[in-house]
Amino acid sequence: MAVEAENANFSLSSLWYDKRNRAIVLQIITVSIFVWFVYQIVNNAVTNMENQGLNPGFGFMSQIAGFNPTSPEFNLTSFDVNSSTHGDVFVLGIVNTLLISFVGVILATIVGFVVGVLRLSNNLLIKLLATTYIEVMRNIPLLLHIFIWYFGVVLFLPQLMGALPEGGRGVTGINFLGLDMIFMSNRGINFPSPVLEAGWQVILIAFIAAIAGIVFLSKWAKKRQDETGQIFPVLWASLGLIIGLPILAYFIAGQPVSWDIPQATRFNLKGGASMPGHMMGLLMALVVYTGAFIAENVRSGIQSVSHGQTEAAFALGIRPNVTMRKIIIPQAMRVIIPPMTSQYLNLTKNSSLAVAIGYPDLVNIFTGVSLNQTGNAVEIIALTMLVYLTISLTISIFMNWYNKRVALVER
Amino acid sequence: MNFKHLLAAGAAVAFSASVAQAGTLDDVKAKGYIDCGVTTGLAGFASPDDQGNWAGFDVDFCRAMAAAVLGDASKVKYTPTTGKTRFTALASGEVDVLARNTTWTFSRDTDLGFEFVGVNYYDGQGFMVKKDLGVKSALELDGASVCIQTGTTTELNLADYFRANNMSFTPIVIEDNAEARQNYESGACDVYTTDRSGLAATRVVLSDPDAHVVLPEIVSKEPLGPLVRHGDNQWGDIARWTLNALITAEELGVTQGNIGEMASSNNPEIRRLVGAEGDLGAMIGLDAEWAMRAVAAGGNYSEIYERNIGPNTPLQLARGVNALWTQGGILYSPPFR
Amino acid sequence: MSDIAYVKTELSPTLPPPPNAAGPMKWLKDNLFSTWYEAIGTVVASAILIYLFMSIVDWAFVTSVWEASSFEDCLERYTGHPVGACWGFVDARFNQFMFGPYPTDSYWRPIIVGILLVAGLLPIMFEQIPGRKIAAPLMLGIFPWLSVALLHGPIEMTTLDSGLGIGVTALLFVLGIALGLYGRKNFNPGQTMIGFGVAYCIGVMYFLAWGLGLETIATNKYGGFMLTLILSAVGIGVSLPLGIVLALGRRASNMPLIQMLCIGFIELVRAVPLITILFMAQFMLPLFLPEGVDFDNLVRALVGVSLFSSAYMAEVVRGGLQAIPKGQFEAADALGLNYSMSMRLIILPQALKIVIPNIVSTFIGLFKDTTLVSIIGLLDLLLTMKQAITSTKWLGMEHTGYIFVGLIYLVCCFGMSRYSIYLEKKLHTGHKR
Repeated sequence: MAVEAENANFSLSSLWYDKRNRAIVLQIITVSIFVWFVYQIVNNAVTNMENQGLNPGFGFMSQIAGFNPTSPEFNLTSFDVNSSTHGDVFVLGIVNTLLISFVGVILATIVGFVVGVLRLSNNLLIKLLATTYIEVMRNIPLLLHIFIWYFGVVLFLPQLMGALPEGGRGVTGINFLGLDMIFMSNRGINFPSPVLEAGWQVILIAFIAAIAGIVFLSKWAKKRQDETGQIFPVLWASLGLIIGLPILAYFIAGQPVSWDIPQATRFNLKGGASMPGHMMGLLMALVVYTGAFIAENVRSGIQSVSHGQTEAAFALGIRPNVTMRKIIIPQAMRVIIPPMTSQYLNLTKNSSLAVAIGYPDLVNIFTGVSLNQTGNAVEIIALTMLVYLTISLTISIFMNWYNKRVALVER
Repeated sequence: MNFKHLLAAGAAVAFSASVAQAGTLDDVKAKGYIDCGVTTGLAGFASPDDQGNWAGFDVDFCRAMAAAVLGDASKVKYTPTTGKTRFTALASGEVDVLARNTTWTFSRDTDLGFEFVGVNYYDGQGFMVKKDLGVKSALELDGASVCIQTGTTTELNLADYFRANNMSFTPIVIEDNAEARQNYESGACDVYTTDRSGLAATRVVLSDPDAHVVLPEIVSKEPLGPLVRHGDNQWGDIARWTLNALITAEELGVTQGNIGEMASSNNPEIRRLVGAEGDLGAMIGLDAEWAMRAVAAGGNYSEIYERNIGPNTPLQLARGVNALWTQGGILYSPPFR
Repeated sequence: MSDIAYVKTELSPTLPPPPNAAGPMKWLKDNLFSTWYEAIGTVVASAILIYLFMSIVDWAFVTSVWEASSFEDCLERYTGHPVGACWGFVDARFNQFMFGPYPTDSYWRPIIVGILLVAGLLPIMFEQIPGRKIAAPLMLGIFPWLSVALLHGPIEMTTLDSGLGIGVTALLFVLGIALGLYGRKNFNPGQTMIGFGVAYCIGVMYFLAWGLGLETIATNKYGGFMLTLILSAVGIGVSLPLGIVLALGRRASNMPLIQMLCIGFIELVRAVPLITILFMAQFMLPLFLPEGVDFDNLVRALVGVSLFSSAYMAEVVRGGLQAIPKGQFEAADALGLNYSMSMRLIILPQALKIVIPNIVSTFIGLFKDTTLVSIIGLLDLLLTMKQAITSTKWLGMEHTGYIFVGLIYLVCCFGMSRYSIYLEKKLHTGHKR
């Protein structure tokens, strides 16, 4: 009977009016539309590529690129214009994207925290200054920031080489401390780079040992403080370890590292390493822009911690800066981390605007120049998206892990 | 791995959905204007004036084509393209013809699927430096910082030239001429390299043009010309012979001013050109007077040249190799016959 | 009355409070000089603020040039004295900054659109201004098409070229109205909506084909601030409904396949930079379309921008949906409302209200991100300005140009963020801490 009744009820309309059936029908419809859509796209792409005489495939990755995306002093993957391929362009692009994102994230965090804390200062003028900074910087488009910082600031630094006041030509850039080692100009910053000779591994070992020592030291200091109440100056000891130990090793091993110091040639400084002007401009823009957003996150995070916490800390006689460091910030971190993660992601993605001033990041040299030369649009854009997808996923996984760790402190 | 096969495998049931495409000429006649790809702004070749009207050497070619095909030189829709977007714009059909001082190279003509219809300007890549550097030859540029435009052949030529002479350089890659000027003037690069016509255009607008020299070396051949898509030969023919008509007109002394009387000329080639004799127009799907209108729109090659980039303009480019073959240059049009 | 000598007989006069406990001195002490390091901070901060203020005033008003015919009036090496802003340059190019290459004699068209936009938005944005009930449906249903017609003129519709096309559409129109009326009579909202929806779509189609009978102005003539506004308006207009659909799809736990598609799209788009999406729209879209079909440059950019912002909008809406207590969903079910009714009448109105400030911030982000289209060669405000400084008349005007453009963005974005804060306060109906 029951079976019959069900059969009797089964009609075309029950496909729509029965909630369970409708879910299935909707899914089938959506998925078939999606599949049809993908099929159309693929089919069109194949037809169009054939008609335009394009050669799809990844063969272009092993062709010699034939252009020079970077200078000898700023070349992290030893790109060689004589032999490097579009595949090497891809790798260089990724490395440069990671480099600017990494440095940018660190600097933007520092700027963001400083401004965010100043924004909550009791001092009206400081508060006004911090608020102005935040409101002005985050309401101007990043691309404009990049143009302003590069064309308006970096290019207005002194020229690297020019006519000297006493006659003749020479270095006219800013020579830090007169050491003839670090120079700043509108072409960027040139600085010595280490040259590793036999036995340099000793220094690396000393460095690792110093880190291990710090971990051990901080555990020991915490235990001692728990037991005796005495505070050990961990910070200073750690600093001493991490600087002192490698230096000691350097001399013990017979100075196995020498420095390649920039030398003036006719046009440029040769040797050493450099941070090119467009990287300076891009970095300033990214840090100033993202820093304003992080500052707002920091402010709202700190404000989310109940004022009672501060009052309680003061009642216990804890000094204001210690209160901030040990009581407010750790609690605020839980609120700050999720939005800050998305700021880190934004900064990484925004570094692709490098294309506007010629910093050789992935989008600029691979999605830009390589695509223009080879015409393999589908492959190149797919690879670019894959790289960004991977970077984004990695950052979010790491930040989620950190977030969980911070959240565990809660009871 | 062959990506095409992968795609084809993904599209399991393969059927060709392509519809027979109408010819570009019919498209253009139907919509009533020509889509012409130009630069986003290069002095003398294509740039909008204060009222936003496009003018320039490349623009005049588009106007001549519109006059030939549609009978009205103003029936052109200009699409500004960057060095990066120009080829997609043409390949996708967004523009019908690309007149954007583009260098004719092997791979662009074959692999990218385009057809260059001729050369309207013979250029070559040169170098500009500040006089006080004391550089006399490009071979002295080892270690210099060089400003180059991205997405151009100059980027490749530069690398080739420095490789061939075993020199190194620091590239400062920029998007357009204006950014190059800012970088070069502020001293962020020692050298600016691009086509010599582009160098001339940039040098005029520097704050002190006399403090800069263009070095004697020409490191590449840059035959600049209009291009169309592969596969539509009729449209390609129209573009090619519009260009040739402008050159032939100069050779035969036909100008914007006197073309009206040329139908009564005794010279058979002129008579063929202006459509008074023969039916050349019908062979490319146009009427008899197409070439006459093309020349009447903006004058012959020489008039277009003198008006936009010649010695009396700010660019001050002498004809040089762009003179007619009869006058010591290499500009040469096949006969109208 | 007591006459004990040591008892005071009259009131002692009220003394003013000690100088440091009230009045301006206390205010100064509390806010500026509470400790020695605060005092140092005050001095440093006021030095910076005064310096900034003085240089801005000097640059913008004192040494600036208000009338200029070319760069020679504005560069120190020609004038012989330091020159700040060159407002003459902005003045000369102002129309181009606003409208780009749009034909000069048709400026009235975007201006009317702008006036209508402001007039329509004001009652919606501020409840003090009457007319919200009328303005909202007009802005949603009529304004978009009216502005398309005004800006672009007639749009060619190949469907309406043949008699067959006209016949079929006219028939559909009549059928749609009939179905709508029928559904209305029978209180069937589904039929009413579909019927009137079809009729509305066909009406819009005819209207766009007519285009107010104006002259067609092709999209490559759009530019300047107008293009920036078009991009952000279309971006937000498309991304809001699309974002709601994506967010609902993402939460449709009974339909795992749809859920997967939505999550995949949202996360993929959010993981990559806008510029790669724009490059994709620029380079790959033409390959994906059937032969003969093609979008122009502006439409491609619009597709890219809209898809990009939909993913972000979806996340914003999802936040709102998650904030709705489960009881609301259950109550809607208990009332016997079906899915679309419960969403339309109960859930979305509440969820969207919560996230209005976030929608405004997304819009601010989108507004700023439109500058990226200059990289693919669209003449937005930024590229128009950059084009202006390549003209031989206005070389070396970078500073004025960049700061002017920056100022426009600053004013717009700051205004919008203030509005978002105002909304947040107005909508904050819960108890405050």
